[in-house]
Amino acid sequence: MFHARTLICALFLAFALPAWAQAPANVLMIGQRLDDLATLDPAEVFEVSGGEIVANLYDRLIDMGNGQPKPALAESWRLSADGRQFVFTLRKNAKFHSGKTVSAEDVAWSFARAVKLDRGGAQLLSQLGLTPQNVTLRARAEGEQTFVLDLGDALSPSLVFNILSCYAASVVDSRLGASVEKNGDFASTWLRMHDGGSGPFRLELWRPGQGLILSRFAGHYQGAPAIERLALRHVPESSVQRLMLEKGDLDIARNLSPDDLAKLAASPEIVINRIPQGGLVYLGMNMKVKALADPKVRRALKLLIDYDGIARNVLKDSKTVHQTILAKGFHGALSETPYRQNIEEAKRLLAEAGYGKGLSLTLDVRAASPSIDIAQAIAADFAKAGIGLELVQMDNKQLLTRYRARAHMLTLAQWSPDYPDPHATIQGFAWNPDNTDGSPFRLLAWRNGWNIPELTGLVQGAKSERDPKSRMAAYEKAQREALANGPYAVMFQDMQIMAVRTTVSGLKAGLAFDSLRFADVKKEAKK
Amino acid sequence: MRRVLTFPLTLLALLGCTFLFMKIAPIDPTLAVTGEKASEAARLAAAQTLGLDQPWPVQFARHLGRVMTGDLGVSTLSGQDVLSDLALAFPATIELALAATLIGFGIGLPLGVAGAYWRGRWPDHLARLVALLGHSVPVFWLGLMALYIFYAALGWMPGPGRISFYLEGLAPRISGFILLDSLLAGRLDIASDALAHLVLPALTLGLFTSALFARTSRALMLDALGQDFILTARAKGLSEGRVVFGHALRASAAPLATTLALALCSLLEGSVLTETVFSWPGLGSYMTGALMAADMAAILGGTILIGLVVAGLNLLADMMQRRLDPRTA
Repeated sequence: MFHARTLICALFLAFALPAWAQAPANVLMIGQRLDDLATLDPAEVFEVSGGEIVANLYDRLIDMGNGQPKPALAESWRLSADGRQFVFTLRKNAKFHSGKTVSAEDVAWSFARAVKLDRGGAQLLSQLGLTPQNVTLRARAEGEQTFVLDLGDALSPSLVFNILSCYAASVVDSRLGASVEKNGDFASTWLRMHDGGSGPFRLELWRPGQGLILSRFAGHYQGAPAIERLALRHVPESSVQRLMLEKGDLDIARNLSPDDLAKLAASPEIVINRIPQGGLVYLGMNMKVKALADPKVRRALKLLIDYDGIARNVLKDSKTVHQTILAKGFHGALSETPYRQNIEEAKRLLAEAGYGKGLSLTLDVRAASPSIDIAQAIAADFAKAGIGLELVQMDNKQLLTRYRARAHMLTLAQWSPDYPDPHATIQGFAWNPDNTDGSPFRLLAWRNGWNIPELTGLVQGAKSERDPKSRMAAYEKAQREALANGPYAVMFQDMQIMAVRTTVSGLKAGLAFDSLRFADVKKEAKK
Repeated sequence: MRRVLTFPLTLLALLGCTFLFMKIAPIDPTLAVTGEKASEAARLAAAQTLGLDQPWPVQFARHLGRVMTGDLGVSTLSGQDVLSDLALAFPATIELALAATLIGFGIGLPLGVAGAYWRGRWPDHLARLVALLGHSVPVFWLGLMALYIFYAALGWMPGPGRISFYLEGLAPRISGFILLDSLLAGRLDIASDALAHLVLPALTLGLFTSALFARTSRALMLDALGQDFILTARAKGLSEGRVVFGHALRASAAPLATTLALALCSLLEGSVLTETVFSWPGLGSYMTGALMAADMAAILGGTILIGLVVAGLNLLADMMQRRLDPRTA
């Protein structure tokens, strides 16, 4: 009797335990993988999570909206008649988190440090013709509120605006930077872990491997954000993210697997946001490999893939079928999908190329879902035409090392543009000024051995084309050439999939990976 | 004493092998610094900054030189001093490992002893069942089930992580052990939150560890209970309690101490799967990330730490064995 009573009491107490406190209503809890986060310095950042956070800590001269520049730190600008000089007038009411007013000197210093540091930011700003030697002359302050950018050569204004709106052009507090600079490091050691920005949020805490807390900046020129704090937690496992979202310990889950998304689909408390991204999943074919140098073989491989079947059954519609090198949503992107699985036609092409009896290839693939699932589906498709495909599984860094060394035959890779201008992607896929092994430029066309002097000239010319129609015509031509003859089977376009509790509203995201903004996010108390 | 003297050589060999393996690994460490789209010039500049343009022996010697002065270098993955990274990750692992070992020992030892004493009866079946489950149930699955039942379904336990994230940073970091630091700061709310977060991962790992203790202690006790000195003890009329705990268990104490040290050792190296499921920011997660990115400074720093832990615990096990078993003294 005693034991039974004790058991009943214990059970009562256990069920009477209060539920563990959920996140307060003034804190937006976001669960995501943050293991790629190495730095918060806008001049060094290149990985997705870092770009997103930097975009909320720092402001830029301008933002882009519907393909048009919008005032940010600069309230107005003018362009010289020859298209070589941009003059920006800064607003007077913008302040850094330190309290200092944002000035043109800060903009010039930020550009100079990004270029001279020669990291991720320098890669982008070099598109504007800025080099460590000329940056202080070409990107300069003229008075407190005037920033002048001399391009040297005329460029498409759209390209310039798009680059100036991305994370690399973030404006850093120069006075703060000078105070924390060590051994001429342009404050990069300090800025990796701290913020020196003027953005709507300030960095409160960063625990590597655990997460970050951002708090709103009341002095932001657009006014204080609605939400007081953002807590970004490193939650590596998809099913754990789902459990936390269902319990209300997360407001947003960022890395849910197709299976976990399916389980949440019926929940009345959660909505699934699917936002098209500029990233692409493609099969790279190394033309240094004899068989792959044959256009008939490359076309046959493109015809063997069951694009719709993989999207539906493997990816569960978490990515959309897309076959041109420019993602849908970019200005000038073609949405043609001419390749459908056609085994007989592929067999005929292979026979014409002299591979009627079969062919053995290897495919480098990241040993993680969904890459490995896509690769297995492709291997099954290729087998239907007698192509033996050996999957070589490896870590992503190893895959990239082999890819940059042209050591692959086929590779299943992903592409993500750095800024929302077509040039960012077209240059990656269809520009190869030097196809020799010692080339200093190792973008995708080089990695796959696609020697295209004419196309390279066309893409280079489009960069400085000021007539939008002519520029888009050049990019259309590049897309069609890559679609027909390029060493790529572009298969899918990425989507940013976020499972969000219905209490949250106001999220903004676009094509570029640094376009996710939290300034307008609101969170109601739990319904 | 000989072990203490040979330890630096062991560590040097360990570092040398790790360095060699990382050099052979087909991963370009500059990718973690420059990104994949960087020009070849930027990649070469990064390689120079990291000292990768030097011959391998020079790179290794330079690293050793820095280690001698207590500088473990800067991690390319986190951008931080490796020492600072380890100071964050290792206390989390120690907290989890100690709790799991206590749970594992507390469950496994009594089960093993009972199983051996009542051989072939239900305590024995239970001990063998626990040993079987602990060895055969994947720790990853067990962790997810624990979260699903006790966190998501019943709501008895908090979710993953070392602490509720909105409490992060509210207690000053002194030792790196959240429990201790929050108590030192007088923040009982944070201490209880941290303790609650520790329960599920510690139980998950503890069940796994209890299988080891149950199996080992059962085998040792079965052996001991069959020895002549046990027969003598019973013939002398000693109580069963004294026979089991005073003689049989005491005879098994030395190998059990070694098992305890080895179990703690393996847990202190970091439990990658458990840490992943519970978003626990420990050494296992840190080292896995470093390995994937070919982050040489982090890997070598972690190797030194793990080497010190293994050597220290082995030394401790040796000392305990000598104390518990006079024949080995």
